[in-house]
This record gives sequence, C-alpha cells and structure tokens, in this order.
Amino acid sequence: MTGTPPGTADVAIIGAGVVGAAIARTLARYDLRIVVVDGANDVGTGTTKANTAILHTGFDAVPGSLESRLLRRGSSLLHDYAARAGIPVERTGALLVAWTSEQRQALPGIEEKARQNGYTRVGPVSAAGLYQREPHLGPGALAALEIPDESIVCPWTTPLAYATEAIRAGVRFQLNSLVTAVHGEAGWHTLTTTGGTVRSRWLINAAGLGADRIDAMLDGGGRFTVRPRRGELIVFDKMARPLLGSILLPVPAARTKGVLVAPTVYGNLLLGPTAQDVEDRADTGTTAAGLAALLDAGQSILPDLAGEQVTATYAGLRAATEHGDYQIRVEPALRYACVGGIRSTGLSASLGIAEYVTDQLAGAGLALAERGGTDPGPPVMPYLGEAGTRPYQDARRIAADPGYGRIVCHCERVTYGEIRDALASTLPPADTGGLRRRTRAMNGRCQGFYCAATVSSLMAAARPADGAA
Amino acid sequence: MNVDVLIAGAGPAGLAAAIELRRLGVGRVLVVDREAEPGGVPRHSAHTGYGLRDLRRVMTGPGYARHYARAAAAAGAQIRAGTTVTGWLAPRLATLTSAAGVETVTAAAVLLATGCRERPRAARLVPGDRPPGVMTTGELQQRVYLLGERLPGRALVVGAEHVSFSAMVTLAHAGADVVALITDQSRQQSYAAFALAAAARWRVPVWTSTAVRRVAGRGRLDGAELADLRTGQTRFVPCDTLVFTGDWIPDHELARLAGTGIDPGTRGPAVDTTAETSVPYVFAAGNLVHAAETADIAALGGRHAARHIAAALRGGRPPRAPLLPVTVTAPLSWISPNAITVPGPPPARGRFLLRSEAFRRLARLEVRQDGRVLATARARLVPGRPVHLGAGWMARATPSAGPVCVVLR
Repeated sequence: MTGTPPGTADVAIIGAGVVGAAIARTLARYDLRIVVVDGANDVGTGTTKANTAILHTGFDAVPGSLESRLLRRGSSLLHDYAARAGIPVERTGALLVAWTSEQRQALPGIEEKARQNGYTRVGPVSAAGLYQREPHLGPGALAALEIPDESIVCPWTTPLAYATEAIRAGVRFQLNSLVTAVHGEAGWHTLTTTGGTVRSRWLINAAGLGADRIDAMLDGGGRFTVRPRRGELIVFDKMARPLLGSILLPVPAARTKGVLVAPTVYGNLLLGPTAQDVEDRADTGTTAAGLAALLDAGQSILPDLAGEQVTATYAGLRAATEHGDYQIRVEPALRYACVGGIRSTGLSASLGIAEYVTDQLAGAGLALAERGGTDPGPPVMPYLGEAGTRPYQDARRIAADPGYGRIVCHCERVTYGEIRDALASTLPPADTGGLRRRTRAMNGRCQGFYCAATVSSLMAAARPADGAA
Repeated sequence: MNVDVLIAGAGPAGLAAAIELRRLGVGRVLVVDREAEPGGVPRHSAHTGYGLRDLRRVMTGPGYARHYARAAAAAGAQIRAGTTVTGWLAPRLATLTSAAGVETVTAAAVLLATGCRERPRAARLVPGDRPPGVMTTGELQQRVYLLGERLPGRALVVGAEHVSFSAMVTLAHAGADVVALITDQSRQQSYAAFALAAAARWRVPVWTSTAVRRVAGRGRLDGAELADLRTGQTRFVPCDTLVFTGDWIPDHELARLAGTGIDPGTRGPAVDTTAETSVPYVFAAGNLVHAAETADIAALGGRHAARHIAAALRGGRPPRAPLLPVTVTAPLSWISPNAITVPGPPPARGRFLLRSEAFRRLARLEVRQDGRVLATARARLVPGRPVHLGAGWMARATPSAGPVCVVLR
C-alpha cells in the first residue's frame, strides 16, 4: 500500500503466537507494511508452545462450526507447508479408545460426527485389532475408532517458520512490546506498548489469552471473555517411545478431549492434558494433584510407563471462552479484525485461520496487491524430528562442516553447528528457552546436567550481555 | 574400523579398564567419550580426595582425570574425545559421530562405562513454575568450575548426602549464601565429620524430614515451598538458586539400545561378577552399574572388568553358565553385581555393593535361595551410602535353583 508515512504500518498484528505469525506470513505476500507486536521476547511463547503437539484432522469438531471448517482447511495446508519448510510431522494416526460400555456406545456417534465434518477415513477397530496394533495398551479396552490422518507436529518450528518467512518478506516483529492501550483517530490505530508506540491503518487482534482485553480497547468489549484453561502435561523419556505407535485418544467428555498419550516428533511420549479453569492468565505452573492424576491415568492406559523416567513436565493455558466456537470477526468501519477464542486447535488450524482472515480483510476493504517478483516460498527450517535425518547422522553434512559432528547436547544429540546456526538465524533466540525451541538443546533427560553450562557459554559468546539483543 | 575392545566412556572406569587391558596385552583398545575432554565427572569436581583406593594417593578431581587420561594414552589405548556412540547396528557393531564424521566400529568385546547422572527436578516431579536457577550439582559444578560463573544470592540445596555437601561448597565458592540443605530423611547421610565440619565452617543447617513441594517464580526463581513431613506444615523459603543433588540414575540408554537386561534395582545393565551383561562379550562397569560410588571404586570396577574381558578374548572360553539373578527386598534398594554363575569368580574387590533406603544401626542381612540361608552378615545402613557384602556364599548357591535374594532380618 502506498502513502503510509515512515514509522507506521499498513497492518499491525497483536500477538506473535502461531495464529499471529500465520497471518503475518499470509499477508506478507501482498504489498503491505506489516508489524507484529508481542509482549514476549520470542514468537510462540504462549499457548502455542505448551500444547499436545497434535496436528488434528478436526474429526471431532462441532459440525458446521467455523472451527471445523478452518481446522480441516488449516490441517491440509499445514501438512503441505510442513513438507516444504522442514517442519517435522509424522502421520501416526490416532486410536480413540473406549474403556467402558458407555464409551463404546458413543463411538458410532463420533464416527458419524467425523463424516459430518467431512472426514471419512474413520473406521471402527475391534478390541483384538486394537491390542494387535498397540500391544502395550493396558487391559480393559473394549473397542476403538481409528483416525488414520491424525498426526504429530513440532509446535516450535511451525511459528518460527511462519515468522522467518514473514521477516524475509519484510514483516517487522516488534517483540518485548506488550500492548497497554489502543487509540483510534483520523484513520489510524495508535498502539501504546511497553516497547514504544506503533501506528497502523489496520489492526489484527491475535492476542490469544489477551484477545478479549484488546477487543475491549477497540470496541468496548463484552463479546467474549477469555477463561484460561490450564493443561498440565508430562513428557516421558525416549526409552518409552517403543511402547506406542499411534496417538491414543480418550472418548471426549463434555469439557475437553481428556487425557491422551501421544508420541512426539522428538521421540518422546506425551501424557496429558489436565483441564483446570484458572483466573491468572500467566499461571503455567504444574501442580502436585495434576501430575498425580496424569500419572494415574497414564499408567492405566500404558502400564509400562510406570517403569520409565519423566523428562519434563509443563503446563499451558488454552484461550477458552464462554463460546463453543472461534471468535473471528472483521469490522470494516474500525479497520479491525478480531481473531480470538482459538482454544486448543490454533496450531492445526493456523494457516486456515490466516487464509480466512485475509479473505475477510479483503472484503472489508484492505487493498491486497500482490508483490512483484518471484515468491521465495517457505524457508527451510532446521529439522528437529526423529523421523528424518538429523545433522549428527548426516556424514555428508559433517564432512562439509565438522560443526555438525560436534554433539553438544548429548540427550537430544544437538550439535555445535545447529546451535551456531540458530544463534545466527533470521530470528535468533533471546534466551535459552528460545534456543531450546530452535534446537532441542537441553530438552532431554538430563535437563542440562551435561550441557547447560556449555550451551550458556555459546549463547553468551553470541550475545555480549543479557537483554542486549 | 575393527578393534579388540571398544570402551564407551572415558571416565575413571573406562580409562582404568583401558590401562589394564593394555597391560594384559590386548591389542587394539579404543576409548570414546562424548565430552570434549577425557576424564569424566572428576574433571569438574574441584575438591580433593580422589585416588585413595585405586592409586593409593590423594588428588583433586581434575588432577585425577588428567592422570588417568595420560596413563591410558601412555599404555597404548586410543582415546577419542568428542565422539559419541550413537547406536548399535549389531551387538558389537557401533555407530559413532564426531567432528571427523560418521563411522562404524566392530569390536570383539565392548565395555560400557557411561556413568550416571543426577535426576533433575522434572524427573522428580516437583511441581510449580519453571524458572531458571534450578539445576543439578553436575550443572552447578560445570557453571562454577568450568565457566567461572558467580551465583550471588540465596541458595537451597536439596539432599544431604556427600554430593549435597559438595554442592554446598561449590555454591559458597561461587558467592552464594547457602540457606540450608534439605532432606526428606530423618537425618543427614554424609559422614558425620564432613557434615559437622561443613556446618561449622559455613554455618549451614540441615533441615531434615523436609521436602520441596513447589518451585515458584516466573522469569526468575523466587523460592521454594517446603513441607515439614512430621507436621505437614508448609512454608515458603525465598532463594535465587535451587540445586537438586544426588538421586542418581545410570546413563543406561546405550546399554538398553544394545539389548542388555536392565536390573530393576540399579536401573543399570544387569551384570554378573565378571561384569558381563546378558549380551555375550558386552561388559559394563563403573557408576553405570552402581550409581553412584566414588571415582576410585568405579576405577577398580573397570580394572576388574578388564581382567575378565582379556580372559574372554584369549579364546577357548567355555559356554557361559546360565545367570542366576541376585535380588534384594526393601528397605534394600539394589545390589551390584546382580547376577552370578555357579561356580563363578568373586566380584570387584571381592564383595557385593548394596544400597538401603532406610537407616538401620545394626542390620542383619541374610542371603537366601529358595528359603535356604546361604549367609548372614551385619551392616550399618545409611541411605545413599555403600553397604558391603562378602562373596563367600557364592559357592553355596545352587545353579539350577531359584534366584538369590538378600533380605533384612
């Protein structure tokens, strides 16, 4: 768009989570000056980073809902994007396991619902077939539904790939800038943030857990309230990975999808989440009761888990609202889009949401002129998965650059070359948490016993002092 | 590459084994270690007391590590640091990664000497926030002694065994004000003299029957919620550093990948008194089979394993006798080695090592097989400290009968 004064933007996106980053990446192909504003020091540090890392098909969404539609579309887009960008995805399939006769009776209804959601590759599995597929499953499973396209995905690489693509196309990420006020006048939105003022013509609210507060700054609010729902999760050691082939889903209860056991693309097993409504929008602490309940549930689903070590525990907050569906709306008069209530399916639906929001904005008058030149396409991200070849396994790569043969983090087999690359990447990490999400360093069973000191010194060498970046 | 013996781990056990193998005339001995320098954990343990039983002298950790690395190289073993055994294509066919590339090594025998680590906070399921400032002793020592970091502010140490006092000394060295050592046991588990001296010098109390219930702090550590296990009362103690010490677990992943049986007590590979695992010609020694003993005990175990490896490689070895498991019951938590053959040679230093989860001043141990008492022994049990049991009873075990079990009378 032409005619925007210096220091201002055509579009400001509040929120650098997976949804905000996806929108930035989708809008970046148009001739627009875009800024993404977030209070955190990195992309994907809120709800995005602490979830079950499943790429859902949307088989169990509410038929006819916007979530159902965007999940289905987003899932298909992300499978394609991941293959091109090197985002680890494994199509493990899921088994929805019935443990009681009541749950078994619910299976045909769930199968029907999947078909209403446009997902037809769902089918019943007998108890015998289930135990053949998953021999480590605990006793008492009666039957299951198979959803062969449910997949696991890397929740860290996904927003980083979107952001990297966006930055390379000219989008500016203004991090460490929490939005405290929004004022609108004379065709401009003025955002007051802890990192300076931002002015833009259009505003997109993808603030996740803070989306209702931003909405209130624009429109008086009251349309929805974020009610954070905390989910605690337990990550088991890689030695537990052979216990399970597919994602094991419980038959959904009224409030959540319940406790699942799933492989991760890093070769661990994940158990969770709990579902607890909390008041505090930053309360990502785990609880003794939550962890005990998870271990209890996990050991009846996969009894052999009891003999395996726990590598990590964490908790995430889903941006649930009082509504059952996404809260997406565009207000042409305000030049404003609200993208809220993206509860626990944002990762899977992100590209579908971005496409939908872009269409809505175009309809509301945002001029979308394609940029000239060739589209460079998605960036090729460092591969963090276990299904493909990691640098330490790649003789050719090590021969070309011995840094990929120097393993620094032994548990996750992360090399000096990968850490060096992350520190010099388009969007470098601001702290060790950011480095963990870019490389897996320190995420393993020793949690830093061997490598934390070395990793810290590599980071310090790359950045003269904390907070300097 | 082909070698006679591949040793995974260049700590005290692996290096002592390499020296002994060369002394016994074994040709090609390759020791690999994933760390950048050989020597193992003693490299970053600045205090003295190393070398007492194996070298008959007293050295600092780094000095001891250097001594072993030099002696192994001088003995003709090939030592390759910065080299990781990433897996096995067959029982004694290893894949390696280093800056030199990806390669495979075929070995006539393998010694696993990968050591142990402390279980971190996550594995102990301590709930709460996840701020920085929470670490193990291993990470603490590397930060302070290898990188020269300062850790000003208040520190809490979880644990009250030898390594916990060592963490306390390291924290004091780094400028921290150590508030207390915390143990869920009813008393500290280090040697009284050490504990008293430490308490007198640094005035650090040991809070017994106390457990960490929650870690608090967003972005940075605020402190820990502690519970008094006698009264159930909790209190919040502010701190800037929280160190989880002890609670050792063997680094057993390479052993599991090699298909060795794992002993449920030690959580390391099950080994007989020759240090051989359930996979023929794959041996294991050091803190991988007894986490954690002092470095000299690990070295002596490596030397013992080397003698049996050399014997096995000399050829003409008769078929291996079936392994008879040796188990323990609570409050004993493990015994090492944990299998015997009948007849069979004695273990390293002629005795079995055990651990207890409870204090007993005058415990009577009984070695039983199918209800028959093979031996009795007296012992003082302190959690985290070694308990020894002689090996004279091995000859009285019946090869075809049930497992041998060590119980507390």
